[in-house]
Amino acid sequence: MAAVSADRTIVKLRGPQQALDLLFKYGTLFFGIVVLMILGGVIVSLVAGSWTALKLFGFGFLVTEDWNPVTEKFGALVPIYGTLVTSFIAMLLGVPLSFGIAIFITELCPAWLKRPLSTAIELLAGIPSIIYGIWGSFTLAPLLQVYVQPFLVKYLGHAPLIGGLFKGPPLGIGVLTAGLILAIMILPFISSIMRDVFETVPPMLKESAYALGCTTWEVMWNVVLPYTRVGVVGGIMLGLGRAMGETMAVTFVIGNSHRIAESLMAPGQTISSALANEFTEAIGDTYQSSLIALGLVLFLITFLVLAAAKFMLIRLQLRSGT
Amino acid sequence: MSLAAEFDAARYRNRRGRNLIVLGLSTVATGIGLFVLAAILSDLLWEGASAWTPALFTQMTPPPGSAGGLVNAIAGSLAMTVVGTLIGTPIGIFAGTYLAEYSRGSRFSQIVQFINDILLSAPSIIIGLFIYQVMVVPMGHFSAWAGSVALSILVVPVVVRTTVDMLGLVPNSLREAAAALGTPKWKIVTLVCYRAAMQGMLTGVMLAVARISGETAPLLFTALNNQFWSSDMNRPMANLPVVIFQFALSPYDDWQRLAWGGALLITVTILCLNIAARALVNLSSLKQ
Repeated sequence: MAAVSADRTIVKLRGPQQALDLLFKYGTLFFGIVVLMILGGVIVSLVAGSWTALKLFGFGFLVTEDWNPVTEKFGALVPIYGTLVTSFIAMLLGVPLSFGIAIFITELCPAWLKRPLSTAIELLAGIPSIIYGIWGSFTLAPLLQVYVQPFLVKYLGHAPLIGGLFKGPPLGIGVLTAGLILAIMILPFISSIMRDVFETVPPMLKESAYALGCTTWEVMWNVVLPYTRVGVVGGIMLGLGRAMGETMAVTFVIGNSHRIAESLMAPGQTISSALANEFTEAIGDTYQSSLIALGLVLFLITFLVLAAAKFMLIRLQLRSGT
Repeated sequence: MSLAAEFDAARYRNRRGRNLIVLGLSTVATGIGLFVLAAILSDLLWEGASAWTPALFTQMTPPPGSAGGLVNAIAGSLAMTVVGTLIGTPIGIFAGTYLAEYSRGSRFSQIVQFINDILLSAPSIIIGLFIYQVMVVPMGHFSAWAGSVALSILVVPVVVRTTVDMLGLVPNSLREAAAALGTPKWKIVTLVCYRAAMQGMLTGVMLAVARISGETAPLLFTALNNQFWSSDMNRPMANLPVVIFQFALSPYDDWQRLAWGGALLITVTILCLNIAARALVNLSSLKQ
């Protein structure tokens, strides 16, 4: 008797529990799909918003230099150029420095300093970009204007080939300053990824190389770097994605001028700084739609870079997992 | 000494020399990095601390050229950060739960995590544009709701990522033990796995809060700004990052000082959150 009633309670209980199980499973699945929908929503809304501009200007939007709210002629060439050049400068300065820092942390640094140094770097990666922006415009830009830029103009301004890059009045703000700030911003970011990636190298490999008499540098260059190449490139591209999408730090120091100047010391514009500066003040459908089209371009570029970066990092993960 | 030995000695010196140079350069690189970052923090402390007066925390943002405080911006930032976290955290935790508990290793899970990682690093200004289109345009005006939703979209990927990672660390034997007792799956997840991964998931939420409390770009087109006190989430609301942006670029000394004060406030908050999150992780790893 007792067994029968116990069976009945189990049956009675199982009903609601199964329902709850299904509810929980498909409920959480729904939120998983929400993540996909966010990305889908971003793409759809950007395309819809930029439709007016894309229809009006077509493919020419990407290669036109005009940006004239009065005649309503818009082209994305200047901001795209600015985004690429500032990111390039940032990479040029930031990557070797990050590499050096990662070498220092993994190979040189005494054990007691390792943790505090890594923690400090990770904490600094969390500082919001507006802080870098405000520091860049109040401290770095005046410093560059007084000390560095006159020096560059004097010694590099007349150099063959690259002379044109360092001409013009030292304004402090401009493409070069924006690139410099970006380099500083991505420094903690890239170096902490590189450090993580370097730590995936099996100690046995490194020890074998040391046992053969390799110097620290030879171990880094001939063993660690080839082993982690994919991950290092992935980390660098992740940093590149950050640099290209960075808004506030750049907006403070780029100078906001819709003109492509030969000199790196001239003010310029990036996609994100154009958006930050002009979007809320944009009057008229064409103007606003052109700005959203800029956003679409930025999204596509960063999406490609970040996707490539992720693919590389996943490949490294798979290999070190096996 | 034979010729070969001499040659080897030269080569050895050469290699040692190159090694020294590179290691020296990497030390210099670390020095430069630390110096710049220390310069930023000390500048911030120096300029910001002088702006930290009681007025900063009690008075409204002033009109150009006069003194005031940031209290409405601080309150606005708090409100939007809290609402953004409240919206984003459940989405992130549930999505992460599905990925880690129901579809681990599946194609779907890989795709969602890939997309999630891209959202994690996507330019935040794009999120602002997105919310502008789907909320500000239909509603016809800027609002604190829109700002909160924009921030919540930044919360989701961080929380998804940590939830997946942390649930992945929960030993399977725990799940199996619970299942052997006849526990339904949803109870296993909520009562066993969540408890086991609680500290890690909390860390993720704190990191997400730290991230959104300094975000400026997504708020520019959504919450906009407001010179006055506002407790109406349906209207534009003042917030620290946008006020800092506006004040720092203004020509007025008072405004610039307030901007530095606000910048220091944000940085201190974020550093504290990050340190607390780290301490939490250390605590949980000590226990194990």
